Amino acid sequence: MLLIEQQIVLGLLLGGLYGLAAAGLSLVFGVLKVLDVAHGELIMLGGYGAFWLFALLHWDPFASLLVVIPASLLLGVVLYAVLFGFVVRADEETRVKNSLLVGFGLALALHALAVRLWTADDRSITTSYGGAVIAVGDLSIPVIRLLSLAVAFALIAGLHLLLTRWRWGKAIRATAEDWQAALLTGIDVRRAYLLAFAIGTALAGAAGTLVTVGYSVSPSIGLEWTLKALIVVVLAGLGSMLGTFVAGLFLGVAEALSAAVFGGPYREVVGLVIFVVVLVLRPRGLFGAR
Amino acid sequence: MSALLEVEGLDAAYGDSRALSGVTLSVGPGEIVALLGPNGAGKSTLLGCIAGLVRPRAGTIRWDGRDLRAVSAHRIVEHGLAVVPEGRRLFGSMTVEDNLELGAFSPRARAGRRASFERVYALFPVLRTRRRQIVRALSGGQQQMVAVGRALMASPRLLMLDEPSLGIAPQLVSAILDALVEINRAGVAIFLVEQNVRAALTLAHRAYILEGGRIVGAGGGAELLRDPHVRRAYLGPLAVHE
Repeated sequence: MLLIEQQIVLGLLLGGLYGLAAAGLSLVFGVLKVLDVAHGELIMLGGYGAFWLFALLHWDPFASLLVVIPASLLLGVVLYAVLFGFVVRADEETRVKNSLLVGFGLALALHALAVRLWTADDRSITTSYGGAVIAVGDLSIPVIRLLSLAVAFALIAGLHLLLTRWRWGKAIRATAEDWQAALLTGIDVRRAYLLAFAIGTALAGAAGTLVTVGYSVSPSIGLEWTLKALIVVVLAGLGSMLGTFVAGLFLGVAEALSAAVFGGPYREVVGLVIFVVVLVLRPRGLFGAR
Repeated sequence: MSALLEVEGLDAAYGDSRALSGVTLSVGPGEIVALLGPNGAGKSTLLGCIAGLVRPRAGTIRWDGRDLRAVSAHRIVEHGLAVVPEGRRLFGSMTVEDNLELGAFSPRARAGRRASFERVYALFPVLRTRRRQIVRALSGGQQQMVAVGRALMASPRLLMLDEPSLGIAPQLVSAILDALVEINRAGVAIFLVEQNVRAALTLAHRAYILEGGRIVGAGGGAELLRDPHVRRAYLGPLAVHE
């Protein structure tokens, strides 16, 4: 049945963005043991960054990644310095509670800021190739979303290399596994936290750009993206970025299928069902180490 | 001879319960010093204080004459003091090689890491053949070798080990302890917390006995091995008449 196959393709294309959105959240949660519920708002800000570069300077949205990613990285450094750097001083149990409060506060503030700067309207980026479609048999694949999926995968692969090859990447993974042992080997754990948070924010910015070019952005998309990212993180488990990406694709397809089979409203239900089922049956996730 | 590590009047607590009170001890350059005591005596707390993971309430910890309490935890290894923590605390999802490399993370150790790799592989040849394996897949004894190797990668002047023979097959225990003797022969001082009292006292030049957070005895290794209290408390009732 054509409708189903087309839905699966669209689900995969969206799922890649879920994976990218979740990678940043997973990194921050895995390393800092801090749940950044403002992650969706950081995605939203990245989207508006790309929107601004497009609307004011006529930058191609994919080229704008070259600015949005470093700018988000910097934003991550600032947010760590003024907010999350204080949260990680608490012991791990207190950390998650405190990070929820700080994260919700940050999310509200960023939401209000976005309404102020860009109004509450939906914004999107319409490029000259925005409507282009590749036809494969009976399927039609939107070029822009296909490009977005490719970029998302490239970023995840880059992150994977960074975490497995780079000296500080290994230090970040070591800190995620056992921060006290990391301290004993001479790793400045606070710096590993800072790097992980900044990289997580940069990934959010990149995800936001891709969301805005393939779909649209408004000040209120934050919560939805935080939820999707959280579902993917729970599904994938901590520790594997490639696994997180695969879990994102899975959620995208599962949503598309349930919408096709049970009707549109069920799109949002399947993710929550996955969330609960995974937590009950396999709390460490599909690819989680522990 | 001035001591490498000098702990004086150290007090530490977890919440309301006192873990250490007035602990004074020292380790000289090139020495093997053992710390004995029952579970809950405060041995791990003491190591934690020295390594900068536990903040003591009072007392001083001097390393090479300088106050270690003013040094942040991740910089302590840079000064030549490496720890093999209790339970190994390896990075289980990473390879043997990555674990060892992380042991040489501090700038000074990093400069000499090639030679350090060779030294560790010469000491534990099995690690060279297993270097690309994920640490979690190794046996307990091999993991302990990685743990000792990781600490050695820092080119320490003092190696502190917390229960290195715990949960390891007996034939591998002697391999680990032999390695410690060899490490010591290369000039590295060793501070050994160990449940295996007979092995520790045979190995050590000197030993301290920690009970209830206080140092209750000290002396040469061979001398303590003959001490009736030590024999009764740590070597079992039969050992008294041995």
